Amino acid sequence: MFPVIKGAAYALFHTPNILLDHGTTQTVERAKNPNSDYLKALPEHLRSFADCVDYAPNQAYIGNILPKSLEQVAKPWYENSRKGANRFGTRGEIMPEDEFYGVMKLVDSFDLVLIEEKFAIEVKELLAKHPAFAGANLSKLDKTSDEATIARQVEAHVAEPLRLGNRLVGCVRQAHDSDESLSAHIIFENISAMASAVVSVRNLFLKAGLDPRAVDYIIECSEEACGDMNQRGGGNFAKAIGEVVGCVNATGSDTRGFCAAPAHAMVTAAALVKAGVYKNVVVVAGGATAKLGMNGKDHAKKNLPILEDIMGGFAIWVSENDGINPIIRTDVVGRHTIGSGSSPQSVMQAIVTDPLDRNNIKLTEVDLFAVEMQNPEVTVPAGAGDVPLANYKMIAALGVKRGDIERADLNSFVEKHGMPGFAPTQGHVPSGVPVIGLAREAMMKGEIKRAMIIGKGSLFLARMTNLFDGVSFVMEANPGTTKQATGGIDEGEVRKLIAEAMRALAESLSDAK
Amino acid sequence: MDLENQRRVKELTEKYGAENIVVVLGGAEAEAAGLAAETVTAGDPTFAGPLAGVQLGLAVYHIFELKEQVDAEIYEEQISMMEMVLDVPAINAEVGNMRDSHSKYGK
Repeated sequence: MFPVIKGAAYALFHTPNILLDHGTTQTVERAKNPNSDYLKALPEHLRSFADCVDYAPNQAYIGNILPKSLEQVAKPWYENSRKGANRFGTRGEIMPEDEFYGVMKLVDSFDLVLIEEKFAIEVKELLAKHPAFAGANLSKLDKTSDEATIARQVEAHVAEPLRLGNRLVGCVRQAHDSDESLSAHIIFENISAMASAVVSVRNLFLKAGLDPRAVDYIIECSEEACGDMNQRGGGNFAKAIGEVVGCVNATGSDTRGFCAAPAHAMVTAAALVKAGVYKNVVVVAGGATAKLGMNGKDHAKKNLPILEDIMGGFAIWVSENDGINPIIRTDVVGRHTIGSGSSPQSVMQAIVTDPLDRNNIKLTEVDLFAVEMQNPEVTVPAGAGDVPLANYKMIAALGVKRGDIERADLNSFVEKHGMPGFAPTQGHVPSGVPVIGLAREAMMKGEIKRAMIIGKGSLFLARMTNLFDGVSFVMEANPGTTKQATGGIDEGEVRKLIAEAMRALAESLSDAK
Repeated sequence: MDLENQRRVKELTEKYGAENIVVVLGGAEAEAAGLAAETVTAGDPTFAGPLAGVQLGLAVYHIFELKEQVDAEIYEEQISMMEMVLDVPAINAEVGNMRDSHSKYGK
């Protein structure tokens, strides 16, 4: 029986101060040209938390509107937000920076995050009221430091600041004085990844009703590496996250593959459940501080708000077939192999059409394709184009070349089987997975039958190979498979019938005696 | 154009001579392809990379402009799908403009 997706949660984190101090575009600029016009202009382009919440693509990410409805929102989207939107969504939330700093302190096991006393009281109150933190142990927020101690560590360059505007509310300390893998910068990055993952998993527990103690295995698939100088990517985020959220019966591991990692992780999770190794697997990723403000120079130059002021996260629950939730077709998995070739055509063929062909599924029989769902309002001004639209057109063009679609129907295929991009440009976050939650719900409502989730990764960025990567899998509405494996009879019923027959046999034997 | 590619273009030009180098672009957007063409002719307009202030004047083309020069079968296999997807006239015009304005070779 195929495994199912029982829930998916999504979270965004509005972190403009982390953007200033940790986004690589800003750190590189500061190192090269500390008095640059960009750095001076940057603060004027930052958005408020309310603007970030109201922004329609962010509302789509947390499930309050459908991405398709973005087609009705006038462009630019950042000037046409519906005011007063809810920070909490049907599938997750948008968290402000102060609460996020509080979570960073909560996930810290080595006393590396210091927070100032007054701020600690404020943030504890906020998290105590937070629905996803109901019943959580917040006592770590009682351990505080005075502002002078924090300032001293930041000035001595042994800690990275936690700021809210001009207010210094804490810091993240280095974990070693000479190990670069444990520098304050790396620890900051890793604790941010972990904290954003924790919020995502807590939202999954809340929204999907998953008991943390029922989780058997966690696969973390972000883009960071935790370790020390002797094993720079040693790991293991997954277990660290599980510990914080109370998954006492789980272990886990980290999966990497640039932006394709979440798709790899989903296929692995599905395989583990299908094989019966684990019953409940959570696939989770937190956000990347490095990518905050990545295209900020272009946005500032074109007088846009800095739209990359959010980190992203998600958590997905893969479980045994219940006959209700959408299945993962583990027999319809696409993969870009080492020998596939690197032209866009060969990549799309390997990931999209090959797995469908192997299973006699037509391109047009996939209701929804989930490609790289980057928000085009972020990428177009930076010269990177509308990424999802280009991907949808590539799928359609491949269909035209194969004769599945008429040339004249290319645009209507894109319209029917795609949607506008709405996800933050956090690398792994937009890659297919943001659609899983809404596809799941559409299947439960009977609106669609089949979706293909596609993850693609630029492996050449690590300079170990020139190869590209991509993985895909198909989700389908559950046909009630608990009755399928035994030819229309429920497995439990079969067991009961056999038991009854055995009992009757035993009784007849004993009667014969 | 990323800094690593700028470095490679500069090194290859120093090694083989500007007159012997042709840069073939594959950018998916007119603006990005134009910036890359500008970088290898007039210098890096962002003044961030090794080609900042370096006017190589190289011959530069987008692969779409070279369709006639490429084996039809290979073009079909490697490029034809993207030809359907991207704004080919806009890309060719932008790269062509940069070449006409700043290239010393291959006009």
